[in-house]
Amino acid sequence: MSQLEPFALGVIDALTALLMMAVNLLPENLAAPFEYRFMQRALLTSVLVGAICGLLSCYVVLKRWSLLGDAISHAVLPGVAVAYLLGWPFFIGAFVTGALTSLGIGAIERHTRIKSDAAMGLMFTAAFALGIVIISKIATSTHLMHILFGNVLGVKTSALLLTLLASLVALLAIWLAYRPLLLYTFDPQQAQALGFNTGAIHYGLIMLLTLTIVASLETVGIILVVAMLITPGATAHLLTDRFTTMLAISVAVGVTSAVVGLMLSVSLDVASGGTIVLVASSLFLVALLAAPRHGLVARHWRRWRLNAQA
Amino acid sequence: MIDPVPALQARRLCAAYHQQTVLEDITLSLPQGQWTAIVGPNGAGKSSLLNLVIGSLAPLRGELRILGKSPASQRRAGNIAYMAQQEHMEWDFPISVRDTVLTGRYGLMRHDPLWQRLVPRHWANPSHRQAVEAALEAVDMADYAARPIGALSGGQKKRVMLARALAQQARILLLDEPLAGVDPPSEALILATLERERSAGRTVIMVTHDMPSARVHADNVLLINRTLVGMGTPDEMLSDAMLARLAVGAPEARHGGTRVAA
Repeated sequence: MSQLEPFALGVIDALTALLMMAVNLLPENLAAPFEYRFMQRALLTSVLVGAICGLLSCYVVLKRWSLLGDAISHAVLPGVAVAYLLGWPFFIGAFVTGALTSLGIGAIERHTRIKSDAAMGLMFTAAFALGIVIISKIATSTHLMHILFGNVLGVKTSALLLTLLASLVALLAIWLAYRPLLLYTFDPQQAQALGFNTGAIHYGLIMLLTLTIVASLETVGIILVVAMLITPGATAHLLTDRFTTMLAISVAVGVTSAVVGLMLSVSLDVASGGTIVLVASSLFLVALLAAPRHGLVARHWRRWRLNAQA
Repeated sequence: MIDPVPALQARRLCAAYHQQTVLEDITLSLPQGQWTAIVGPNGAGKSSLLNLVIGSLAPLRGELRILGKSPASQRRAGNIAYMAQQEHMEWDFPISVRDTVLTGRYGLMRHDPLWQRLVPRHWANPSHRQAVEAALEAVDMADYAARPIGALSGGQKKRVMLARALAQQARILLLDEPLAGVDPPSEALILATLERERSAGRTVIMVTHDMPSARVHADNVLLINRTLVGMGTPDEMLSDAMLARLAVGAPEARHGGTRVAA
């Protein structure tokens, strides 16, 4: 691990340098804050988080997993607290409780008469409550606020490294398992009939989702990460009828909202997590109105023309 | 030459959904290369029989063999193509007709060399592309290949689903209500396509409510109402007397009785 660290830091420096080349094209007053190292770290983290959230949100939206995303994101809180208590990286604790909760939801759903939405609500509120209680005992309320709502300006290099690693893992997994994931999202029954191990795909996708949520924790926080897991995918779904195009648009929306949101939050001096989500929501609103086939304007125009012909 | 291994063989097969028995004591054997229609009232377990084959339902008791082996191994080998009911598909999914049909090849793609699975499909094994185009031609949907699936009519949707099953070029075709809710031209086209598949030596097993087509096209008819009510030629099974027995269920149905199709 120790030999890898200079290499990883080098990768981060290279990526930062690339980003700064783009930033330096911006007008002076926008580019100025990014002279600072912490701003550069914040920018790189935002780009990475916007990209992987955008990627995963396509699966979340198409698979109707919005509530599950919400559940997992809340369920990582006790893991974060326990990891803090034991001096572990946040990452590990969050991953463990996120995964345990999704397994618990599956178990309740399968073995009792409780339906899935109730099972999710039950599990994630319980886990979230546990996290709040533990944190109230061991940390300050500022700390809690940062976990809940993100603190992208305070991202440390170690957290950035973990985000980078998580992004690479997510990207690699989606590339290697592109077809099984697509088929499972589109038509799980067909995936089963073709002999795919749908259980493994299901839990693999949940693991990816957990990984993404944990990686986004410091940027947008637990509460708002679910927005980044729904809004980019939903926006892209309105704009295209091709899955690969949807992935690309969704990543673009995720990255754009993260970067623009970060810049706005700095220049307006408001909360960064909230600003990032608001930018994403605005992009969704634009798509909702103006999407070429599935937008409201296009729909009404088509209806109006049909009526005019009749 | 006829392969003596049955396409589907069930012995004392039972299945349940949430403690509710849907299939009880089914013993039967379907030969390869024939067209079998499965007929029965709603909720009689017809689809459940197919679900046991594709693995979305696990048997409670009894044994099921496909081409002499376990269903799981035959699924992995790509020998089972399945066409679901239309309602089970996500028609809003952002995918074109051609890519939908291509998903039928995904099982076979696992046997491609690793590098081919990681590159865009135009560089990969051309046999997949050819199978997809042939299947689209077979159901007369080649002109619609680039359309999103959500923009199709009901009959067209069914034809695309059939094309996906055909593209797999599997030895056994399982079809759940392939004729439900289709327009007459699409129905004729689907039946003609299935006739062609049977003459190519494939086994066709379809769940249907459509008695006239079963009478004309099927080699065997299975009457199922939780238990196996009867099995035989369409003329025997679709008589008024047998259909009346089917409607009331069959308490007197031979428990474990074996009938092998002619």
